[in-house]
Amino acid sequence: MTKMDISRRTFIHTAAAAGGGMILGFSIPGISPALARSVMPEGWKDPAGGVEVSAWLTIDTDGTVTVRVPHTEMGQGALTSVSMFIAEELDVPWKDVKAVFASANRHITQGEEYVNMSTYGSNLVRNRHPHILQAGASARERLKEAAALQWGVARSAVTAKQGVLSSGGNKGTYGEFASAAAAVSLAEEPKAKEYLDWWLLGTDVPRMDVDIKTDGSAIYPIDAVVPGMVYASVMSCPVPGGRLKSYDFNVIKDRPGVIQAVALTQVKDKLGRTDQMSGIAVVADTFYRAKTALELMPVEWDLHAGIGLSTQSMEAEAQGLLGMDAEHVEEVRGDPRPILAASPADKIVTADYMRPTESHVCMEPAAALVSITKDRVDVWSKTQSVQGTLMLVADQLGRPPSEVYCHGTSQGGGFGFGSAHPAPRQAAEIAQAVGRPVKVIWTREEDIAQARTRPPVWGRFTAAIGSDGLPTAMHARTVGSSQKPDFADRVIVDQHYSVPNYRFERHAVKSHIPIGYNRAPGANSNGFLIEQFADEMALAGGWDPLEWRIKMTEGNERWQRVLAKMKEVCGYTTDLPKGVGMGVAVVEAHNATVGACATVEVTKRGALYIEKVHIISNTGYVINPRNAHEQNFSSVVWELSHALTGGLDIQGGRITNGNLDKYALMRMPEAPVVESSWAMSHDGWWGGFGETSAPPTPPAVANAIFAATGKRVRSTPIIKHDLSWS
Amino acid sequence: MSFQLNINGKTHDVDIEPETPLLWVIRDSVGLTGTKFGCGIAQCGACTVHVDGKAVKSCSVNAATAVGKQVTTIEGLGADGQHPLQAAWIEHTVPQCGYCQSGQLMAAAALLAKSPKPSDREIDSAMAGNICRCGTYTEIKAAIKTAAKIG
Repeated sequence: MTKMDISRRTFIHTAAAAGGGMILGFSIPGISPALARSVMPEGWKDPAGGVEVSAWLTIDTDGTVTVRVPHTEMGQGALTSVSMFIAEELDVPWKDVKAVFASANRHITQGEEYVNMSTYGSNLVRNRHPHILQAGASARERLKEAAALQWGVARSAVTAKQGVLSSGGNKGTYGEFASAAAAVSLAEEPKAKEYLDWWLLGTDVPRMDVDIKTDGSAIYPIDAVVPGMVYASVMSCPVPGGRLKSYDFNVIKDRPGVIQAVALTQVKDKLGRTDQMSGIAVVADTFYRAKTALELMPVEWDLHAGIGLSTQSMEAEAQGLLGMDAEHVEEVRGDPRPILAASPADKIVTADYMRPTESHVCMEPAAALVSITKDRVDVWSKTQSVQGTLMLVADQLGRPPSEVYCHGTSQGGGFGFGSAHPAPRQAAEIAQAVGRPVKVIWTREEDIAQARTRPPVWGRFTAAIGSDGLPTAMHARTVGSSQKPDFADRVIVDQHYSVPNYRFERHAVKSHIPIGYNRAPGANSNGFLIEQFADEMALAGGWDPLEWRIKMTEGNERWQRVLAKMKEVCGYTTDLPKGVGMGVAVVEAHNATVGACATVEVTKRGALYIEKVHIISNTGYVINPRNAHEQNFSSVVWELSHALTGGLDIQGGRITNGNLDKYALMRMPEAPVVESSWAMSHDGWWGGFGETSAPPTPPAVANAIFAATGKRVRSTPIIKHDLSWS
Repeated sequence: MSFQLNINGKTHDVDIEPETPLLWVIRDSVGLTGTKFGCGIAQCGACTVHVDGKAVKSCSVNAATAVGKQVTTIEGLGADGQHPLQAAWIEHTVPQCGYCQSGQLMAAAALLAKSPKPSDREIDSAMAGNICRCGTYTEIKAAIKTAAKIG
């Protein structure tokens, strides 16, 4: 570890931008150098010095380029992807590139230089690439301009390549011209390169933060420490929406280390998705003492009226609704009902599907540390947006955002949960109440009970099959949760098969269970419905399911590419011995068209082995195939976890799964082999890889199970189905 | 109550209730944060450490049971230089979010210490107690084989 020179570091602002200057970093008063390494915004690696060419990067005299990454690193490769974009345009050797987390405080106080620091929806590569590439290109052109001025030549006569500027006999390193470049204003910003000119993007680059995640040195929010810090264990009303009625601190006040109990105020969050529920916290000098004391303290709740809600009550309501006309109707292509009514029964296909409530269960539960002083507030939190969390804590404390610093750290998973919890609010409220820095850690039980869930969805699909075996009409009716009825309807409404008469209806069951985003949010649930029904339509018409998809998406370039590649590389066939099956599915979501081809084996006694899932991605472009493949197997395991053994149970208005003993997730022995192939359109639209391979996987597996056994698994978890055959 | 724990070859004086789980003593009393909290009920394996060379879910054993024994955490795994598993983890770029990987590495290291050339089935069995929500299982398995020089 490099020693930190505290004296060189001031709180936040770098030295003047014009003319460049030393990067002064972001140290925090009262923190030892060793800890500072852990907790600074740049904290995942020792910060580099160098000259600031722009808010995005510094260049050191030895050629080291340090990229400030605005986005959250939760394993998806944000540090690497942003740095690759910058290095591509800047044109520097990859070995010279380092990454640090950018400052959210600088972003909100200095003109939103990073445009948008949030990190979800596979948006980093998909939607942020234009301005990140621009930042790299802009720095390159300013270096060229600085050299051109010194050498008395036109900028166009200067070449910038691999960290070296040259023109005729003149030559210099980026580092030599960094200070001058920082002072350059360009009359016009350069355009980003065409993808055919890429030298780094599109190549296999190992993620940059792997080494610190093999020796325990990576720091996560749960690991952050500041002097004088105490710990809080929290419990919100187990029935969401209920309120704390009473608690008896006297029972626990003499326990070792116990400091205080703090009632948590209900806060409706105008910033969205992070409402703080009414609850209670116990503060102690260690987390385990706080947790134990909270468990022993008598607490009474005013439970919410939703106490009558259960898995069974929602199922009964949904089944009733599936048989009724809905108010929300989208006649996508006319009204199929007359055709369906006139079709003979043997030309009608109809099926009901269901997927239950699911949770994220990030390996790192929600945790947040808030330190409040007169001058500033420091925050380390599980988050997918340091900018959003900064604003949240400013709002909670009534402090100007300019006084709040939310620090970048590694994140132990995100999956949409990252920013959708109130832990930083809780830590802020408790820290204010006890007058000391407070770290809140959620127990796994609290994490499962309080995380905003992926809502359940039900669907009934009906189609008429014409004389050519292709559907002539289709009707889809879904039931979602009243908390967010339209939860990714789009995958069904905008289904890409050219059924001539297609109508969509939607109902909602009454529910008070809060809804959140969950790695490819609704596309997972809805993809499972529509892509199994696609198979059912194909087979009813005597079509091969892959050929049917090719036929039904004629003229759709994105899909045709994926399906053609699938046909080429997956070896898909329906001609397999009983007990072995292949299944395909394609889902378009988050601007990506992704196919999955699954191979399964089912024993006569019904044991399921998923041997392989082959993912075919059309995300427009692939900037790092190695990481894209890693995201593919990550997404496959993610969604198969839910589809095979997941499903949250709701009883008495609360989630009752408790902990991982009652919410089973995929483990090594069940994990399939995952292969990846690309079918990129390269036509100007960009998708992402963070989640887009999850949705097609469960329906491909379900279709493969049908091929193997003749049994349809129209609901999850699949483990609840009897797959035995004879 | 005061007692001493030997962690990564160093003796630490600890003053805490002896029933406190070893995990929280390692993290909060001793300040070694590489060992992670995931579930608290020995289901996820993020807290895996070695006690006298055996893989133990530190969230579910009392700290007092480790008195007089050698505790090794992720920070001590490479004490004599980088462990072959750590090198293999880097070669295969195993960690994604990385939060479970300390536990994965400790479980794998205990396996290789006992069975230097493990079969696939042995690897599955030894690693089944460690959940990775990023789904890095195939890479973990490949890295274990690389470290064991299998294949």
